Amino acid sequence: MLKLQDLAKNQELFSHGHRACAGCGEALAVRQILLAAQPRPVVTAMATGCLEIFSSIYPHSAWQVPMIHTAFETAASTAAGVEAAYRFAKKKGLISDDIRIIAFAGDGGTYDIGLQALSGALERRHRFLYVCTNNEAYMNTGIQRSSATPYGADTTTSPAGRVLPGKIQHRKNIMEIVIAHDVAYAAQTTVFFWRDLATKVQKALDAPGPSFLNVLVPCPLGWRHLPSETVKLSRLAADTCYWPLYEYENGRYKVNYTPTKKLPVEEFLKPQGRFRHLFSGEAGQQVIAELQRYVDEQWELLLRKQALFGEESAKA
Amino acid sequence: MILAKTGNEALAYAMKQINPDVVAAYPITPSTEIVQLFSNYVADGEVDTEFVPVESEHSAMTACIGAAACGRRVMTATASQGLALMHEMLFIAAGLRLPIVMAVASRSLSSPLNIHGDHSDSVASRDSGWLQFFCETVQEGYDALIMAVKIAERAYLPAIVAIDGFILSHCQERIETLEDGAVREFLGQPRPNYNLLDWRNPILVGPATLQDYYFEFKRSEIEGMNRVLPVIEEVQQEFGQKFGRYYPVLEEYRCEDAEAVLVVMGSACGTCRVAVDQLRAQGKKVGLAKLRVFRPLVHAILKKSLARFRRIGVMDRVDAVNSYGGPLFTEITSVLYDLPERPAVFSYVYGLGGREFTPEDARMVYEQVLSGKKDELVTYVGVR
Ligand SMILES: Cc1ncc(C[n+]2csc(CCOP(=O)(O)OP(=O)(O)O)c2C)c(N)n1
Ligand code: SF4
Repeated sequence: MLKLQDLAKNQELFSHGHRACAGCGEALAVRQILLAAQPRPVVTAMATGCLEIFSSIYPHSAWQVPMIHTAFETAASTAAGVEAAYRFAKKKGLISDDIRIIAFAGDGGTYDIGLQALSGALERRHRFLYVCTNNEAYMNTGIQRSSATPYGADTTTSPAGRVLPGKIQHRKNIMEIVIAHDVAYAAQTTVFFWRDLATKVQKALDAPGPSFLNVLVPCPLGWRHLPSETVKLSRLAADTCYWPLYEYENGRYKVNYTPTKKLPVEEFLKPQGRFRHLFSGEAGQQVIAELQRYVDEQWELLLRKQALFGEESAKA
Repeated sequence: MILAKTGNEALAYAMKQINPDVVAAYPITPSTEIVQLFSNYVADGEVDTEFVPVESEHSAMTACIGAAACGRRVMTATASQGLALMHEMLFIAAGLRLPIVMAVASRSLSSPLNIHGDHSDSVASRDSGWLQFFCETVQEGYDALIMAVKIAERAYLPAIVAIDGFILSHCQERIETLEDGAVREFLGQPRPNYNLLDWRNPILVGPATLQDYYFEFKRSEIEGMNRVLPVIEEVQQEFGQKFGRYYPVLEEYRCEDAEAVLVVMGSACGTCRVAVDQLRAQGKKVGLAKLRVFRPLVHAILKKSLARFRRIGVMDRVDAVNSYGGPLFTEITSVLYDLPERPAVFSYVYGLGGREFTPEDARMVYEQVLSGKKDELVTYVGVR
């Protein structure tokens, strides 16, 4: 099992000097991922978004690993090109090291505009790890809704108003979309549980084909919570089953974290400004109830998938 | 070797001989065959290339960028909507100074949909920072593609080699090919200025810049373009000396004492040559200025050559809707603007969507330019 002491001995490959907001979950996730990737040499690509802006403003760079940024919707296709070049170099004996390629993109760059490039790269089975740093909105352009934004959230393009309660659709199930590509490894995780995240990074990097991580990264600016509560919120997301930590490997689903007591989704919503409007009045209560229904349904569904296609089913 | 090949076959064959490290591509008429034929070379193990059959042209250009950033020799092919879909990434390839080489079988842009040849796609990409070569014949396309690899890699700039859709892409011509070994020796190994895969020496490619640096980056890219002409000439000289075929950036045909000269790009140069010969036989003093290199814009060469003439017609196989004449026309008139005595320059738009352009049409244009009379700002040749 991974030990924190061991991880702590690794080099910081995502260094200080970046410009993320205080308490940014995205910066936290990238740092943890690059710590966990070691000692494998990695080459990375990223999409336009908060991460790119806060880590790469010339002449500064927070990256101690090779990094390429091209455009917003291109994390997967850029990584595909890098991987093709790597395969060529390997085939020709120009490189002997076993390099791993990681692509980073936000939920906008993954669920929306970059979905086609991601699907293409997964289908062609480029060997790379795609990380979605998911803060559930387009934060870099000022908190617009994405298809990862949850039902009822107040964003600048799904504002809560007199008639509408914020976003009126549930989020897209990207995990199932990715899994349908028959990937080698896919997992969902978040930043509070360092061991879960680090283990998943290692598994994903050692998977024989394309792999995917969907990492929930609370964003103090967009979620309107206190910077000091980022880690706590990421834990509440798991404890309410709003954000189940699970993985998909060799056709099997596995839930990696079952809260000792499943908390009501309200506990996760309450500290966040983007849901504040739901806590005054009857209409808001209905939205919360619908969100609770959705969360419960998805959680049950996941447990059933685990039972049907999981370790348990293998034993039976 | 002397072979009969269509433009697409010739370019695919050149690509095989170039043996690029990575090719990422997506099919579109009329360039589809290039990649299709090339994938046969891949399937038969005749090239070492890593072939990436992507899901769109946007990803084709992006994957090319990713691979080229790893110091590899990278190529692709496209046309029309495909080139338009790449538009965003074209600027990124040029901004990162990556010598990607792309074959384009030029075609019109929708709407209405039309698969036939004109220069709308390439010309719409002219401000992206790519070198652009327009070819008159299949032979020229074949030679230009090989030269483009060397030019791009010496100049650290990406390059488009455009052949006219269908007119060249699908018509067979007699071409003289080079030996595989001669092509490889001519090109040598790429000398990239960075390699993303060198993980022991990490670099950041494609950072964000603010008001304090963006302009300097762009200025240096512009400077790279400003300095590319000697590189082009050097490579063309070298090609000419080695293989006996020399292509000037601007070729004058029977221009010595010409009273009317047409500036033309692409396959219509052949049509205009015929018209020139016919009119010369009637004693009319006409000539052709064939422009091979559209980017960089060769101002000094154009100015020196065209300043001698009194009447010039500029032929655009594309319209820049509502501008003051076709795109090449406005560039040529800008180039000539500060001459003490300016020639009269006429704008002609022809051949959109594959509309035929015949020697008869060319003669009509010559007659009009000779007469020095025009009714409209732009004359649309052959439109009903
Ligand atoms: C083609 C294109 N459209 C729009 C944009 C503007 N844009 C840049 S970043 C961004 C949002 C990024 O959101 P997300 O991917 O969720 O990442 P985050 O900033 O939240 O980490 C948008 C819309 C762009 N750069 N390119
Ligand atoms: S806006 Fe959110 S995602 Fe962006 S840097 Fe700030 S906290 Fe991080």
